[in-house]
Amino acid sequence: MSRRTLWSMMSLVVVLAMLLVACRPAPTPTPAKKQLEIFSWWTTGGEAAGLLKLFELYNQKFPDVEIINATVAGGAGFEAKPALKARMLGGDPPDSFQVHMGRELIDTWVTTGYMEPLDDLFKQEGWEAVFPKGVLEIISYDGHYWSVPVNIHRANVLWYNKKVFEANGWKPPETFEEFFALAEQMKAKGITPLALGDVGIWASTHLFEVILAGTMGPEKYKGLWTGQTDWNGPEVRQALETMAKMLEYVNPDHSALSWDQANDLVIQGKAGMTIMGDWVDADNLAKGFKDSGWAPPPGTRGVFIALSDTFGLPKGAPHREQVIEWLRLCGSKEGQEAFNPLKGSICARNDCNPELFGPYLKTAMEDWQKDVVVPSLAHGAAASESWVTMINDVMTVFVTDRDVARAQAGLAQACKDAGVCK
Amino acid sequence: MRRLSWDRIISILLILPSILAIAIFVYGFIAWSGWVSLSNWDGLRPDLSWAGFVNYAKLFATPRFQIDIRNTVVFTTFFLGACIFLGLGIAILLDQGIRGENFFRSLFLFPMAISFIVTGVTWRWLLAPGDPATGRLTGINVLLGNLGLPLSRWYTDPTVVYIQPTSAVGQFLQQVGLGFLTTPNFGIPLAMFSIVIAATWQMSGYVMAMYLAGLRGIPEELREAARVDGASEWQVYRHIVFPLLRPVTLSVVIVLGHISLKIFDLVAAMSKKGPGFATDVPAYFMFETTFQGDHYSQGASIAIFLLVTVSLLVVPYLIYSTRREAEV
Repeated sequence: MSRRTLWSMMSLVVVLAMLLVACRPAPTPTPAKKQLEIFSWWTTGGEAAGLLKLFELYNQKFPDVEIINATVAGGAGFEAKPALKARMLGGDPPDSFQVHMGRELIDTWVTTGYMEPLDDLFKQEGWEAVFPKGVLEIISYDGHYWSVPVNIHRANVLWYNKKVFEANGWKPPETFEEFFALAEQMKAKGITPLALGDVGIWASTHLFEVILAGTMGPEKYKGLWTGQTDWNGPEVRQALETMAKMLEYVNPDHSALSWDQANDLVIQGKAGMTIMGDWVDADNLAKGFKDSGWAPPPGTRGVFIALSDTFGLPKGAPHREQVIEWLRLCGSKEGQEAFNPLKGSICARNDCNPELFGPYLKTAMEDWQKDVVVPSLAHGAAASESWVTMINDVMTVFVTDRDVARAQAGLAQACKDAGVCK
Repeated sequence: MRRLSWDRIISILLILPSILAIAIFVYGFIAWSGWVSLSNWDGLRPDLSWAGFVNYAKLFATPRFQIDIRNTVVFTTFFLGACIFLGLGIAILLDQGIRGENFFRSLFLFPMAISFIVTGVTWRWLLAPGDPATGRLTGINVLLGNLGLPLSRWYTDPTVVYIQPTSAVGQFLQQVGLGFLTTPNFGIPLAMFSIVIAATWQMSGYVMAMYLAGLRGIPEELREAARVDGASEWQVYRHIVFPLLRPVTLSVVIVLGHISLKIFDLVAAMSKKGPGFATDVPAYFMFETTFQGDHYSQGASIAIFLLVTVSLLVVPYLIYSTRREAEV
């Protein structure tokens, strides 16, 4: 046998061996090590601390379960959600994932049949009695419950630096007229009136939803998402005009900053105010800033624009038993009281002890009980993700050209494309 | 018919696994994307019913996509131009036999080893403009401010420079029926230059390496002969060196061109879509449309568009180079 044939024979054997390995049936799974994979975008400061606290509580009860903390960083989940979709569509769901309550959960995952209903869990735990009715409505679809809300955040908060306000004798503005009068005074002092950090644009959409609610009031605002309020109407135009005017008072580098960098400007006294959700409170605490003041933004006193992080049970979750215990913990008083003070949000349940919470969250808990609750647009509660994406595109152009007519036409078209308006 | 020799069977068997893998994971998925782009799949649940070319028609009518094409053209032009200018310049300087050439070569080549994400984040910080009105400057603007130089808004600048319809040139263009050239869609978004700077910083060292190899391949006798014939140093470059570097330039254009057409990571890390889509690119639009907006068929049509544009660049080059190899 020549040397050459020998080589050929050997290579053939190697190739065949590789093919055989490739065709070998998958090894029967060894009795699965107990695991729990939780997918979220909680990676920084208080939110990561809160998540780890929940893991700690879970492991106290089930020490033999290994928790896999699958996180994808990025504000409002802009990077995490695409990663989640790829996994879900590919048939590799995590055991449970963070998802905003409302249309984001329902339109993306429930109507498409990716989730399991959680009615039994809600009955066993008596949650129908402890979660507010408004929240139960938002997380249910077709008569079933689909996820367990862990917390409630408020989107409409105007944050300011108390020291700067006291030194100048300023008061947080209640109306848009007061806002612009105050903004002029700030400008005269060389302070940027309104700090905005809209890299990735969602912070501008967030600002717009707050102005919308402040302009048209809670009922008409809710009607925008059901097609009852006309997007071509005068209130939407007025809101856009107000926003265009507000943008005149915004830091020019807003598209380079994130929301927390915008908050830094307020902390440093370089900017007067910022309109952002109440996760700013956790940011302030983490940065040791004690002079933070807060108020409802113009026109939204008595209105609570709410969003909530929830966890659900995807079909085909690899560790079903462990997930149900996780959800039980997420909805429990113990779990929510441990998580929320760290995360800087209030409990979705009614019966949490206010003494555990900081000064801002105490006021938020009071408002939560008495205000009119409306869903947030930028954070998935009010509109489906594809609708929010279209509105984000309109906002991207609007913050630059401030063309009210064009933006309004774009918003009306987006409502049509979303299948809500006719 | 030629007898199938044992050797031949072996060689076919040996490359079979990679052929299969490429057939499925490259060409199979390209075909799949093509199919999705012609379907009605809108929403999370797959719907592969036939839709024809409506997705493409809709795509080209989308203002954001028109802006994206403009941005890609601007980015490609300036990125290629800057890289070739800098790369060739540095290569010629290094070719003069300076001391420490190895050190400088590694120094200039090094940025290429960094991922575009890291480059993007770093340049995002460096080019964060701050707010000149209140004197709060950040990044490179601090340096410019201290030197008394004019400040730039970098990638936060929404300005698009285009031929004004009221200007003399604009009026002339309108008269000859080229009025569409006087719209922002045929302008230059200033924010894009920040992306160009970051990308050039990363890739010009690579271009330098290619040109340096090309320069080393030019026989010294040719230059000597030209000098003997009385050519000045500039004429040596103009008539001997640059023509002989043409194949290198072609390779550079192909390599950088397909990077710039497909660019995603740098933009995603640096400025995302930018103010008024000033730094948006088709790949980023594709990402948002598909995975945030759930418009899967629309996203697939952008993917196919990108594939076609890159092929337009690469395929003629492949044909050209295989032909040349065959001739040799």
